[in-house]
Amino acid sequence: MKPAAAVVTRREFIRVSALAGGGFALSLALPGEAWGQATPALDDTAKVFTPGPFIKITQQGIITILAKNPETGQGIKTSLPMIVAEELDVDFATVVVEQAALRGDVGAQFAGGSRSTPDNYMRMRQAGATARAMLLTAAAQTWNVRVEELKTDKGRVIHPATGRVLTYGQLAAKAATLPVPDEKTIKLKSEDEFKVIGSRVGGVDNPLIVTGQPLFGIDQKLPGMVHATYEKCPVYGGRVVSANLDRIKALPGVIDAFIIEGTDNVSGLAPGVAVIATSTWAAFSAKRQLQVAWNESAGPGHSTDNYAAQAAELAKAGGATVRNDGDVAAACASAAKVVEAAYSYPFLNHATLEPQGCTAWARDDGIEFWTTSQTPGSGQELVAKTLNIPRVRLKINLVRGGGGFGRRLANDYLVEAAAIALRTKGAPVKLTWTREDDMHHDCFHRPGGFHFLKGAVDASGRLSAWHNHFVTFGYKSTEKPGSSADLSPEELPARFIANYRLDQSIISTIIPSGPMRAPRSNALAFVMQSFIDELAHAGGRDPVEFRLELLGPDRMVPPSAGQRGSSYDATRMKNVVRLAAEKSGWGRKLPPGEGMGVAFHFSHSGYIAMVAEVVVAKDGTLKVRQVTAAVDVGPIINLSGAENQVQGSIIDGISTAWLQELTFDRGRAVQNNFDTYPLLRSTETPAMSVNFLQSNNPPTGLGEPAYPVVPPAICNAIFAACGKRVRQLPITKTDLRWS
Amino acid sequence: MPSYTLKVNGQSRKVEAAADTPLLWILRDHLELVGTKYGCGIGQCGACTVHINGAPMRSCQTLVSTVVGANITTIEGLDPAGRHPLQQAWCEHDVPQCGYCQAGQIMTAAAFLKNNPAPTDEDIDGAMAGNLCRCGTYARIHAAVKDAAAAMSKGGAK
Repeated sequence: MKPAAAVVTRREFIRVSALAGGGFALSLALPGEAWGQATPALDDTAKVFTPGPFIKITQQGIITILAKNPETGQGIKTSLPMIVAEELDVDFATVVVEQAALRGDVGAQFAGGSRSTPDNYMRMRQAGATARAMLLTAAAQTWNVRVEELKTDKGRVIHPATGRVLTYGQLAAKAATLPVPDEKTIKLKSEDEFKVIGSRVGGVDNPLIVTGQPLFGIDQKLPGMVHATYEKCPVYGGRVVSANLDRIKALPGVIDAFIIEGTDNVSGLAPGVAVIATSTWAAFSAKRQLQVAWNESAGPGHSTDNYAAQAAELAKAGGATVRNDGDVAAACASAAKVVEAAYSYPFLNHATLEPQGCTAWARDDGIEFWTTSQTPGSGQELVAKTLNIPRVRLKINLVRGGGGFGRRLANDYLVEAAAIALRTKGAPVKLTWTREDDMHHDCFHRPGGFHFLKGAVDASGRLSAWHNHFVTFGYKSTEKPGSSADLSPEELPARFIANYRLDQSIISTIIPSGPMRAPRSNALAFVMQSFIDELAHAGGRDPVEFRLELLGPDRMVPPSAGQRGSSYDATRMKNVVRLAAEKSGWGRKLPPGEGMGVAFHFSHSGYIAMVAEVVVAKDGTLKVRQVTAAVDVGPIINLSGAENQVQGSIIDGISTAWLQELTFDRGRAVQNNFDTYPLLRSTETPAMSVNFLQSNNPPTGLGEPAYPVVPPAICNAIFAACGKRVRQLPITKTDLRWS
Repeated sequence: MPSYTLKVNGQSRKVEAAADTPLLWILRDHLELVGTKYGCGIGQCGACTVHINGAPMRSCQTLVSTVVGANITTIEGLDPAGRHPLQQAWCEHDVPQCGYCQAGQIMTAAAFLKNNPAPTDEDIDGAMAGNLCRCGTYARIHAAVKDAAAAMSKGGAK
């Protein structure tokens, strides 16, 4: 990754102005960019909608900091303003945090790739430090003393020699008249001066959450608002042939019902039937009486069983070689042990607890949205292109999302709401999906996959060869893996062993895939860390020792020649593996039916290791008793939020690995709701120990990287407990009975 | 459309709605009490939990026509100032991640603690098992319920 200091590259990215009433207002000038690609700066936005400043200090001393990125439960609405507050040197408890709308001046606004922290850390510090420097200068001029004689504390400037004190509010009007200092003259705090960063801070929305105040996407309410729902073809890509619209329009509470032709973009405006009603229930009730004739011709053949059969055939036929280091065949021929195994994992649904939806209001001047999108800039672009409306006429307000996990990186609900809003004659409309809609129309499924593996351990007990034939899915393609369905030729153990081969085959599917929490890694770590475990046991080795040996000497492992990607810090990974082993009491003698399993994985710039401890009863009943996590994502911004993310990743990992699969029958998802797609319940919560190794590296994100190690740590512990190797997820597919 | 008079958070509220309308949508769309959440619509997730005559009920499975005359309490009526020991414990433990399920969690816990003021760890897990949290905040929920029980038994009981 880039050194953190290199993030701030633009000079004069900060502007200062006076607030009405004599306050201080600091604004940023960082052009926005959408997820994954640069987009034009939204300079025109300011002419249509007036965004306020980034930091505001009123004469009364009220300090407001904008939260720039979308919040879906990852805690960024709290942690980015904490960074500003640290350098501004104010008590975070007194700060008012305001959610920013999509705007053109605060840099990229998205929640994805665990990028919010690394991309914004230095900018947020610089913004806070600049405001503080100006308040110090204002105080120095007021008292006619040198800035060096002053200090700040909790929103006040203090002159220790004379005991004089002025609050930031008292200095705001004067500070607003000063020139913005050159960023090179701004002195950032040293880490040992931090008071806010690294502390435990509760989420800024907690008081609203616990009292049930309107906050989430589904809570939006506007005068004259109507309610909509949208029926799409259960088979992906299916089009509407006809619908009983006249009957639906005659139902009580129904205002309108109409067909939207839509486009072929499954994560855009899919074809369907919209129902607009006076209440959500009237819309849902009418939807149940919809009779739609669909063109489902794309569906046949797209079934889970059929995919498994195709994978088995492809395994026999062999795949295209993607990487071939050394000589795997020779290494296997001379090995002490050779192990072959087939691994697989299912498609998954994100299952955010708040179903998708969006509120939109089409007016003469454009459309205004209230959305939970994780990529509002891309959503704006999607609406602009699909409905041919200039971006500057699309105002996007960001509201808290009831879970994201990558689902809200797509903007299908946003463009659906826009298309429906154009038909409500000026009334604001709230689109709400049913849970069943959400289960059947995840346009970003975690893709399933198959791995046919062969590995070898040499006479000295070292991992000596690894051959993976990866059978994945391509979206209507046998040439190119679908979104988040690829396997990097750099994925461990590539680069760490001499004999490594990766072959690949692709099954064409109509099921769309995309990012889900720790995309790729969320499945690959299960396969890699489970098979490494098999090889460790085959070689008679301790699984922790075997892994430390695989990671090798302390060093930075660079990308291979011609490959993009990150360097891999073997030292950091070994440190978290050792920490997890130590904190978990690795190596303790456990009775039959109890076992410990270890796994490590690097993703999203984070180095994570976990040890799981499970109990498997003779009748096969599984209990995850304890999970010990060791996490190195550099310094932690909010210790409470970070710990919550790791605990949540552990629960999510157990939940998905143990219980969940989304299956398909003739192109349609079979599961409907939480009765057939269960989430882990509180009774299955293990004891959890979260240990941060706060290394002196730039801070990186934690929404994703703690997830991937959970499934393999659990499965490896199951093997240790009862000798049953889980090679297929969910775990419920494997008979765990033992005697 | 039929008309119903409901007692919600101590107030008498008149609504006109189809008889098969679940209480959930009466609260959310008719009475603008949106703290009660829609998660599944089939009584699986518990995000819609409210109290009916003090008992925790799934408002998505409760038809409006069946709760006329009953005392209905929603998260907004638990303690509007947020001073219920559970609400305070939820903030002290920084329980929420996305927060969407938490109103339902708190309502389930509030009804439970009224009947079982000194619960064991197993009691708490059992009582909360009907409420899903997709973000996985179960450990903090457990700790917050335990702390709130202790605070209430010390005299903060409501």
